[in-house]
Amino acid sequence: MSMPFYVSPDQMMKDRADFARKGIARGRSVIALRCADGIVLVAENSSGSLHKISEIYDRIGFAAVGRYNEFEALRVQGIRYADLRGYAYDRADVSARGLANSYAQLLGTSFSSGTDKPFEVQLCVAELGAEPELDRLFVINFDGSVTQADDFTVIGGRAEPIVEALQNGYDVNGSLAETLRAAVAALRTGGDVSLGELEVALLDRSRLDRRRTFVRLDGPRITELVGDEG
Amino acid sequence: MIDHASPHDPGQFWTRANESFADLVARTSPGTLPHPGQGEQLAAHGTTVLAVVHADGVLMAGDRRATQGNQISQRDIRKVFAADESTLIGIAGSAGFAVDLAKLFGVELAHYEKIEGTPLSFSGKANRLGGLIRDHLGLAMQGFVVVPLLAGWDPRTGSGRIMGYDATGGHYEEESFACIGSGAAFARGSLKKLYRPGLGAERAAMIALQALFDAADDDSATGGPDIVRAIYPTIASVGPDGLDEWTPDRVGSLVEAMIEQRRTGPDGAGEEPR
Repeated sequence: MSMPFYVSPDQMMKDRADFARKGIARGRSVIALRCADGIVLVAENSSGSLHKISEIYDRIGFAAVGRYNEFEALRVQGIRYADLRGYAYDRADVSARGLANSYAQLLGTSFSSGTDKPFEVQLCVAELGAEPELDRLFVINFDGSVTQADDFTVIGGRAEPIVEALQNGYDVNGSLAETLRAAVAALRTGGDVSLGELEVALLDRSRLDRRRTFVRLDGPRITELVGDEG
Repeated sequence: MIDHASPHDPGQFWTRANESFADLVARTSPGTLPHPGQGEQLAAHGTTVLAVVHADGVLMAGDRRATQGNQISQRDIRKVFAADESTLIGIAGSAGFAVDLAKLFGVELAHYEKIEGTPLSFSGKANRLGGLIRDHLGLAMQGFVVVPLLAGWDPRTGSGRIMGYDATGGHYEEESFACIGSGAAFARGSLKKLYRPGLGAERAAMIALQALFDAADDDSATGGPDIVRAIYPTIASVGPDGLDEWTPDRVGSLVEAMIEQRRTGPDGAGEEPR
């Protein structure tokens, strides 16, 4: 009869975290930045139809890195959460904070349960505020930890050089074009990035009087804004 | 409210993967679905809504009166709603319930679009509304508590389209115009005389107002334009450029022209020379 080996909880959590980190580090980074025109979500994504960035609700956007099948399932659950809540209460009662908490619960429970493998994802939930000061950026990690970012956040494996580049080259009061240029320059610190591989969306401040603020920017629009040949 | 069942379990995930918001509500919180309830006679009723296809899309107009028995319960109710940027839904019948149905349908369309990453086709939307009525709202339709009318811009055909519904959720397409509600018969008669294929949006709005006026003239549950309070019919149009919700001022100027004309001919201008 075989005896199961004893594994200390410290070791188990460390192993699980290492496993999840490794999975996330394989993917390319995604940036969320506040600017004068709204909140810009920028991802390196070679697929034109398998999105890393998505609309969750009127003023809430979603960005993810890691395993596609996992964050896609989480994205759909987020949309269900938001639509159900907005329908049962009111559209104004759907907040990024509530959504981030729910994601944190789900990821945290899965991480520490020890039965399933942990999620290999990192999520960003962005909410456009009625006023720019009320913008919210939350990052939810694979273990359920949540952090709130001020002006911008970078998720994914090789975030440090991108964060560094943004700290020097980006202004929170800049226009959409300026902000997008800064984001592209920051992404290029990690290697060549062609504009055709960018997935970009904006939570548009000028659409706040309408219902849905999420707008996807297509290839020509991105080229026009960034203003180079890519 | 996030589903804490593990998405690692493929069985769970697939059985739950469904783009219909209404099905999700029915499963998770059925109490919030629109339900006509037992107090049908006590609830406010709304009345005439019509849709007209025009050269630049399709337009929907509705009067503003809600009645409760023989009393007017509201003078400025809305019966025409934008379900999304290219679809209009108009509802005649029990007012509160109609508003809830329009809201549910709007969320249904957006929910699908967000999950799938692409909007439903117009025919898909029409089928979905039929399905909603059949699956969740059968009770309401049996007593004709509410009857919806759907109009939308179809980018595939490059034209405005109208769908009418019956109590079974079955739907049929109307080529040029359609009317629902207690004043529908009068409005339809009016539109028959005034409608011409290929008319412009402005002209379509005018004949819609004429038809609503005729409906209000003969149906006590349909309200005419309220000049004193400046409450005019709701008009919204959808076309290739998206949604166009008419401001009260814009409707008001057409209403004034119509009333001026009816001072000399109270029954309306009748057929215009072709």
